[in-house]
Amino acid sequence: MSLATAFKSGDLTLLPSKRDEDWRWTDLRGLIREVPPPSPAFNGETPPGVFDHLAEDFHVLANGGSAQIVADEGELTAVLRFLSANDGTAHAAKVSIEVAAGASLTLLETYEGYGAGYFAQADLTIRLGEGAKLERIVLAGDDAEAISVSQAEVTLAAGSSYAQTVLTDGAKRQRIETRIAHPGAGASVRLDGGYLLRDRRHADLTTAIAHEGVDGTTSQLTKGVVDDQARGVFQGRITVAHGADRTDARMGHHALILSDRAEVDAKPELLIFADDVQCAHGNTVGALDENQLFYAQQRGLPADAARALLTAAFVGEVIDRIEHETARETARAWLNQWLGVGE
Amino acid sequence: MLSIQNLHASVGDKPIIKGLTLDVPAGEVHAIMGPNGAGKSTLSYVLTGRDGYEVTDGSATLNGEDLLALEPAERAAKGVFLSFQYPLEIPGVPALTFIRAAVNAQRKARGEEEIAAPAFLKTAKAEAARLKIDFDMLKRPLNVGFSGGEKKRMEILQMAMLSPKFLILDETDSGLDIDALKIVSEGVNAMRAPDRGMLVITHYQRLLDYIKPDRVHVLAAGRIVASGGPELALQLEAEGYDKYVTKDAA
Ligand SMILES: Nc1ncnc2c1ncn2[C@@H]1O[C@H](COP(=O)(O)OP(=O)(O)OP(=O)(O)O)[C@@H](O)[C@H]1O
Ligand SMILES: [Mg+2]
Repeated sequence: MSLATAFKSGDLTLLPSKRDEDWRWTDLRGLIREVPPPSPAFNGETPPGVFDHLAEDFHVLANGGSAQIVADEGELTAVLRFLSANDGTAHAAKVSIEVAAGASLTLLETYEGYGAGYFAQADLTIRLGEGAKLERIVLAGDDAEAISVSQAEVTLAAGSSYAQTVLTDGAKRQRIETRIAHPGAGASVRLDGGYLLRDRRHADLTTAIAHEGVDGTTSQLTKGVVDDQARGVFQGRITVAHGADRTDARMGHHALILSDRAEVDAKPELLIFADDVQCAHGNTVGALDENQLFYAQQRGLPADAARALLTAAFVGEVIDRIEHETARETARAWLNQWLGVGE
Repeated sequence: MLSIQNLHASVGDKPIIKGLTLDVPAGEVHAIMGPNGAGKSTLSYVLTGRDGYEVTDGSATLNGEDLLALEPAERAAKGVFLSFQYPLEIPGVPALTFIRAAVNAQRKARGEEEIAAPAFLKTAKAEAARLKIDFDMLKRPLNVGFSGGEKKRMEILQMAMLSPKFLILDETDSGLDIDALKIVSEGVNAMRAPDRGMLVITHYQRLLDYIKPDRVHVLAAGRIVASGGPELALQLEAEGYDKYVTKDAA
């Protein structure tokens, strides 16, 4: 599915709806009543981005467009920025990313909403060669009224390693999807996410990982915080195909609900068709611990600060797993800003 | 210093503190002993403002200021410190980070400057050494996976760093080995000062050999039913609470 095809054909019935199993918590069809006009070409000035200073390879896709990122040898740090600059218009972006055998790429990706109520689609195709390495850090900062869909298809060759951390504060409807195929042997994946949602925002982190080769590993950790009337969605599927022996796959999704009217929908799935595997998943949804909150307050932290401290610690586990040091600090700053705390 | 008059408090709908009156003047250490379930921890939570502990009557003031009207953090900033009977684990927050946040929050509430990182670290190192806490432990998430005794030492370390005016120690001796009991007691004794008061809740006379109380009170069924000098603790050790419990039940 794509927003772009539906808009181009003018047939809104092509939009995913809650009747599609895979989209049941992120209904787009019920939300979009008419085809929005296409976004105009962007000719303004690009505002500074949080990762710009790290870029060896720099791409800005404003109101759609396409790009190609190739790491053919050694190490490369690429910055990829998706900008949505106009109000109420639609655009699509396409990016292909290739990390050659033995090469290493750090991909620092941002979604930035400067317009209001836009419709944005991003498609990424990511291929890792044998023994290649990629760490992808995504910071999504869409507009509160935006509808935004990002879909990445990742293919891993033998012995490659892929690490991803997606952090988002949602949109009116937002879906960030990652599909990973491990056809080769011995590929390793870290697949993390964090959603921090307030007001009426929505975010859907959907992942699907298919282990087809032997000796693959997946370590997945997603943490969510929802406040007000926000809604977080996590769908994680790990499939271990017949013959994908000695796969080690672990999935965790843990969410904090800070308000009675907030909601979290989670569907963790392990589909195992091989015999010799180690797989586990954990899923928890709850409130902050009142005892811990009182303890922190007794030590002098006002109630808001105590909540922020415990929330930061909760999501911090995801941020601690980011390998790239500067990106990790940028991610932590982003979290603290969301929480409204200093440092 | 601390003055509690005819205090009544409920947990849920259940009255636990039933007309408790107690005065701890500045510079004094008062011990509270009493049977399990008497309301000792409840009293400490009422004084520190825990949610769900509702005061239905009476008053509690610190140096004349109404404690009960304040938020828990405001009470802390006024100098009320509770060493918890069961200290909480705080995953993801290194002990040092937690303590520094607490120190600075209290300073901010009092209109003081934040403590600079080097000065803070220096004091933390010195206090940890005094309490025989391995400094590396302070880099671990607070209390997570710590032994019972280590958690109690960590409470005393926090107390030393926060330098409170009024200390409530709720069974700080439980879970401590013989050496730790001594170290912790020394840490507490070092805090004795003419302008500081302490309420020491314990089941065991032995702690009071180390931390010498000025007064000993028996708390049973939500009230102070007897008060005396340090000899009262010895007498309780010998005779138990029988006479206080039956008297109240009658
Ligand atoms: N949340 C609660 N709901 C209902 N009853 C409670 C609650 N908390 C405490 N109580 C009751 O209040 C009474 C006093 O409890 P408290 O913990 O204050 O006793 P204590 O004197 O500290 O006992 P111990 O010596 O065992 O620590 C007990 O009967 C206990 O069951
Ligand atoms: Mg108790």
